[in-house]
Amino acid sequence: MCGEKVKQMRKVAVVAAASRQEEKMLDTEVEMMIPLITEVRTRTGLDQTDIGFTCSGSSDFLAGQAFSFVMTLDAVGPVPPIAESHVEMDGAWALYETWVKFQMGVIDTALVYSYGKPSPGSLQDVLSTQLDPYYVAPLWPDAHSVAALQARLLLEQGIITPDELADCALRTGTVESREDYFLQPLLADPLREADCPTYADGGVALILASEEKADELCERPAWITGIDHRIDAHHFGVRDLTAAPSARLAAKNAGAHDGPIDSTELHAAYTTHDLLLRKEMGLDIPKIPQRSYPIQADTLMASGLLRIAEAARSIWDGSANRTLAHATAGPLLQQNLVCVLDGGGD
Amino acid sequence: MAEISVPSSLDGVEPVQSVRTPIRMEYIFTPGVAAQTYLREFGNKKILGNVSPVDGAVLVPPRGADPRHGALCDEFVEMPHTGHVGSFCVTNVPIPGRDLELPYISAWIFLDGADIGFLNLVAECPPEECRIGMRVEAVWKPDDEIGMTAENILYWKPTGEPDIPFEAAGVRGWHVRRKGEADA
Repeated sequence: MCGEKVKQMRKVAVVAAASRQEEKMLDTEVEMMIPLITEVRTRTGLDQTDIGFTCSGSSDFLAGQAFSFVMTLDAVGPVPPIAESHVEMDGAWALYETWVKFQMGVIDTALVYSYGKPSPGSLQDVLSTQLDPYYVAPLWPDAHSVAALQARLLLEQGIITPDELADCALRTGTVESREDYFLQPLLADPLREADCPTYADGGVALILASEEKADELCERPAWITGIDHRIDAHHFGVRDLTAAPSARLAAKNAGAHDGPIDSTELHAAYTTHDLLLRKEMGLDIPKIPQRSYPIQADTLMASGLLRIAEAARSIWDGSANRTLAHATAGPLLQQNLVCVLDGGGD
Repeated sequence: MAEISVPSSLDGVEPVQSVRTPIRMEYIFTPGVAAQTYLREFGNKKILGNVSPVDGAVLVPPRGADPRHGALCDEFVEMPHTGHVGSFCVTNVPIPGRDLELPYISAWIFLDGADIGFLNLVAECPPEECRIGMRVEAVWKPDDEIGMTAENILYWKPTGEPDIPFEAAGVRGWHVRRKGEADA
């Protein structure tokens, strides 16, 4: 779906977004999502009955209950019945499923949302359960330690340097100076606290529209000119953890290099991931800073979709014309999705 | 089951029948505004409902949302402790975890003024006498056993008042009510 082919595809745009993140929310998922879904519907003037398809991303392991996404449909209102789907993945993949639905030509508008509330449980334990159930998960390795295994490989092979980590921490706002970075104690050697994410509860809701509809709903739609997702092997042992070939390929297929990128929104929860992703995807550090950083507030299942929302916001407010959003899922950048958005200007 | 073939290097090795990897995760559940408000007042022997901001429908127990429309409900209304049976089931097999005398009746209880029902037990009523539209009232636990739990009401018993009409009972009542409003 790269290059010329994507141009033959149906144009789809992000036309509205609403999001919220807080370290700990006492609302239920429904109470958290209603204001966000209401906001995007109000902004576009769409009623739920006007929306062709609704797709969400969330995790039962976070909610601690089976089929939790069905309960969250209380926030949408399936009366009269709606066309709906769900992915047990970050909402960026729900957006991909929705984009495919647009390509089928069966819808003109869609609601995509995702949410995560890690605060009621232990996210470190939840993340362990996504690992190989026979050989790795029973050892309950915590996410920071797994990230540290990768970080040491990257550092000792000279692919990244401690100075680059410090610069990244400074750029992403987890420290105020390089000196502060090096004064921090090691959290999961060789990673410091400033290299690792702070978790947050949160959610994000988006409205997508086809070329027939988008201009009616938004002054400057953020057109999806390319989108692709790829996956690497599951077992750590068969992966080269110093590389992220799925991110590289997804970026190429999404057309990341077909024109200048004004701003990037990377789903990098660790400094090491930010640096590795930029190397793999051939992305400089843009002059326009990222609007928000998952390393400061990472919401499992929503951080990736939030990247797409933020990349669209940079187009809506005119600060950028061509933006790249990245989402990741699975351990150590196992799965990567890249979405390139374009404001259609010069 | 299909015959499983293993490499000859595993000849004579005792086959693995199962692998156990126990997983236990703990959560501190946050009930949210509506359930918290409901349970606190339930602990005072009060039953609250939510009022839909869309059409005024009364939803018991409150969930903080009108799930039909995806609308936040922040208005509460105190409900009476009487209602009717919207539908019911007579169960003749024991269920694990509850020590109930068989047969027992589980029913959708529609409180007076409520637009939706909730599941609860009906007792002090022979199964053959239970019917849709039968009026019931709450039988609470003794006051010193009341807490912020759904278990406060032991069961619902018949009041002996005349039944409400079959056509107006339960979820049907919802449609009757809506139609009545549309005609008005």
